[in-house]
Amino acid sequence: MSDVAIIDAGGANLGSVCYALERLGVAPRVVRDAAGLEGADRVILPGVGAAPEAMRRLHAQDLVEPLRRLQAPLLGICLGMQLLYEGSEEGDVECLGLLPGVVRHMRPGQCIRIPHMGWNGLRIMRPSALMDGVPEGASAYFVHSYAAPLTADTVAASDHGSLFTAVVQRGRHCGAQFHPERSAATGARILRNFLEMDF
Amino acid sequence: MLSRRIIPCLDVRDGRVVKGVRFRDHVDMGDIAELAMRYRDEGADELVFYDISASPQGRSVDHAWVERVARLIDIPFCVAGGIRDVETARRVLHAGADKISINSPALERPALVSELADAFGVQCVVVGIDSIREADGQWRVRTNTGDPSRTREPGVRTLDWIVEAQRLGAGEIVLNCMDSDGVRRGYDIVQLREARAACHVPLVASGGAGEMLHFAEAFEQADVDGALAASVFHGGTIAIPELKRFLRQRDIEVRDV
Repeated sequence: MSDVAIIDAGGANLGSVCYALERLGVAPRVVRDAAGLEGADRVILPGVGAAPEAMRRLHAQDLVEPLRRLQAPLLGICLGMQLLYEGSEEGDVECLGLLPGVVRHMRPGQCIRIPHMGWNGLRIMRPSALMDGVPEGASAYFVHSYAAPLTADTVAASDHGSLFTAVVQRGRHCGAQFHPERSAATGARILRNFLEMDF
Repeated sequence: MLSRRIIPCLDVRDGRVVKGVRFRDHVDMGDIAELAMRYRDEGADELVFYDISASPQGRSVDHAWVERVARLIDIPFCVAGGIRDVETARRVLHAGADKISINSPALERPALVSELADAFGVQCVVVGIDSIREADGQWRVRTNTGDPSRTREPGVRTLDWIVEAQRLGAGEIVLNCMDSDGVRRGYDIVQLREARAACHVPLVASGGAGEMLHFAEAFEQADVDGALAASVFHGGTIAIPELKRFLRQRDIEVRDV
């Protein structure tokens, strides 16, 4: 994959995502404005933090409309995936609206601690090239307090109190709620799939 | 289902991994990157790098090794030691750490926990607590434990601080039970159970692991989310793949290696 753009929207995991791509032999470009998206074959939106602040930054960088119009395949990671949905309960913020559904706070319960932090299994819900070579039950590393519901776009789910969307794809819009850059071989495979699959 | 985490802790001093008994007499254990990769390959779920030289000397961690580790490993890691403000935390996180852990600076200025949570989200903010049982039977915190000559007793009850730290925005608590640290007689189950009852965010047990059964006890009896250990891993007393097989046989959910 010749040209991979990673959006710097202030998320602290930017470096880790770059390093993960470098381990796959890809030298990504870090971009901070719409001009940087031009010519990209793949675009990655990482994110750590809170949805309202992340959306404020995307607006401030004039990236909201360009992302909505983007023709290149887009992968949102963690908060970046949540931003692809219509909105988030976190600060009641309107997000990019590329995927139907609203991100909601996860419910704590008996033995269910929030944030959901650690390795959890992936339950494959429907076929997608994103999951090529990833076996049912493979573990991925999650750190989050908000989650997207199961929808027709859900590729893989995970269970923490209830099922939520762990991997999503709707056409060229993809997302991983976990951190592929920190999910060992499983994460590396999913990143590689995103770079190599046909859209 | 969420797996219980096995977390080797690498105490770092002057760029090397060291380990002491009861925080004294540090012995060189090896190169940071070499040990990080070894544990990653063996199936560690997460790593904690604790710069024990940083906090008492009032200086922060050197970020060069953070980036070196971040480039190499593909499992999460947390950096602790000498993080006293948002800007230092930002540099460590941008160097590639997934979480930052604060201990003494959080007790000295509790607002730091909130500042970090506001800046990076609670999921990045770990509050580490060094706790010791005092003569009156109460557990109380200690600060600056990396250097015994500078250790302080702020007089704060451990369980009160666990509650307060969560209120301020801690996304995880690592409770190091100093009475058991380094002596390998097992985690302090009694204290961890009390902490668990007060802790609604992930709780990591630290201090006392000597054999595989100790990990099982912490998960089964204190319901901790993760168990941290150092010398048993560094010294080869416990191999992580074997430990995970042992835990799985006891129906404790762990990530397959």
